[in-house]
Amino acid sequence: MFVRGLKRKCFDGEEDIEGTLAGIKAIPSYNLQRQSLLDMSLVKLQLCHMLVEPNLCRSVLIANTVRQIQEEMTQDGTWQMINTQSTGQASLDRLVSTDILCRSSRDQAEGKHVTPYSTFSKDFESDQAQDGSETMSTASSVQAPRNLQSNMWEMENPQDNKGNFQKSLDQIFETLENKSPNSVEDLFSEVDNSYYDLDTMLTGMMSSTKMGHCDSLETFSSPTNTASNSNCKSDLNDLDHIVEILVES
Amino acid sequence: DKTIKLWKITERDKRPEGYNLKDEEGKLKDLSTVTSLQVPVLKPMDLMVEVTPRRIFANGHTYHVNSISVNSDCETYMSADDLRINLWHLAITDRSFNIVDIKPANMEDLTEVITASEFHPHHCNLFVYSSSKGSLRLCDMRASALCDKHFWVYEEPEDPSNRSFFSEIISSVSDVKFSHSGRYMLTRDYLTVKVWDLNMETKPVETYQVHDYLRSKLCSLYENDCIFDKFECAWNGSDSVIMTGAYNNFFRMFDRNTKRDVTLEASRESSKPRAILKPRRVCVGGKRRKDDISVDSLDFTKKILHTAWHPTENIIAIAATNNLYIFQDKVNSEMH
Repeated sequence: MFVRGLKRKCFDGEEDIEGTLAGIKAIPSYNLQRQSLLDMSLVKLQLCHMLVEPNLCRSVLIANTVRQIQEEMTQDGTWQMINTQSTGQASLDRLVSTDILCRSSRDQAEGKHVTPYSTFSKDFESDQAQDGSETMSTASSVQAPRNLQSNMWEMENPQDNKGNFQKSLDQIFETLENKSPNSVEDLFSEVDNSYYDLDTMLTGMMSSTKMGHCDSLETFSSPTNTASNSNCKSDLNDLDHIVEILVES
Repeated sequence: DKTIKLWKITERDKRPEGYNLKDEEGKLKDLSTVTSLQVPVLKPMDLMVEVTPRRIFANGHTYHVNSISVNSDCETYMSADDLRINLWHLAITDRSFNIVDIKPANMEDLTEVITASEFHPHHCNLFVYSSSKGSLRLCDMRASALCDKHFWVYEEPEDPSNRSFFSEIISSVSDVKFSHSGRYMLTRDYLTVKVWDLNMETKPVETYQVHDYLRSKLCSLYENDCIFDKFECAWNGSDSVIMTGAYNNFFRMFDRNTKRDVTLEASRESSKPRAILKPRRVCVGGKRRKDDISVDSLDFTKKILHTAWHPTENIIAIAATNNLYIFQDKVNSEMH
């Protein structure tokens, strides 16, 4: 059995978002929503993956969205911010629809008072036009304008994570090709490892309670529940558990 | 969804009666009771529509077929799936030619798929295909056997002020249709329909907003998967009006000349046969008129994905969930 991680509080206070874009309030909201979007996308990919006849177009679009979020998070150095956000309960099916994610990245940047962000988005757009396989080089090319708040983030590490993450996305595609039943477990074990690496790197930032999660993740082997596709509902519940754990790291 | 079939549709509204050897139920008559010969007579009957498959084109596709298009030569047609396009001869079912293949050597590198394709209405060597990243590629089959090198790419650069995590998904083209003249192409993406001039690859010549009020709801629409809905689009016979479907059983028409547009509804409640459709309006806050629908009360399960316009008459077909509606112009309503 795996240990439950801390849960995030369901995000409320839309008024804060709708009201001001500037200032520190916008930052946690945007990151929280972005993280929720990432979680939602990962769940969608898992679900697509379980279908007998997966829809390739939909999977490709979702995977591209995931890559985009992950790249932005890496560039912002906001992996560390995720860990400082946990404040209670969150449930994916109670995701409040906000338009904050639909706003332009430039609006977000104003709130963060980080001027290099606009140059990020430019690099982003030009790189987006290229082949997806160049995502690794994209991260390294944007190193120069990074004069954000001091972070303990080593440049090599995000790419390691990205590599692992990329590999899990790749596995999704391979399994879409092959439709092998064991791939779901493989996928989970891949993503687990990447988050574990994340935890060890952030030792300086994280509180001691977080280290407990690493232990739980270590013991977290292949999820036996997801092996059976007979009961979709229980699978969804299991996925919720799993995603919450992944997010908490 | 990986097999293509060619069907023959026949209508039958008469049947022969008065056979010599069989009775009305088809049983053989006792010949001793037959005293004279009769000529069978054709009597009217209720219209019966029969559909029979005449050709089955199987095993040509590994992925789901998203479009088929018959060539102007009336001999060949093409079928497109997510990664490949095949060329077939209408009479030959055991062989096809691959003319486009965008499958990467490594499936891990896959970031773009084919979403729709169509042959040019007059030039039998030209065809277009659209992608999930919002680009169109016009290809010439005379250039090479495998048309991986497109002739022209039609792509509008992204508007940086509108960029969000959903930008790519909403730019994915769900349908592409050549105009009857062959001069323009019509594309549908999640929020707009665009008219492209074949002579200009840098941007569309016209863009029409189908339901821009959904732009601030993209996150919810992503969550409930509506953002992946694939709407079709259509030209009228003279290429002056374009039409596409939306949610809440609404469909939209845009007049390219007057720049006016109208929203109509295809539902039992709002249209008795022969009644004229009343224009609908979606209000986005601010003043709300009577009969307006607010954005939050739109029914996203009632989507009009498939629409078609008669090639010459002003008659349209709208598929709304389980119902098929045929509408025609007021002027035409005098005809039966």
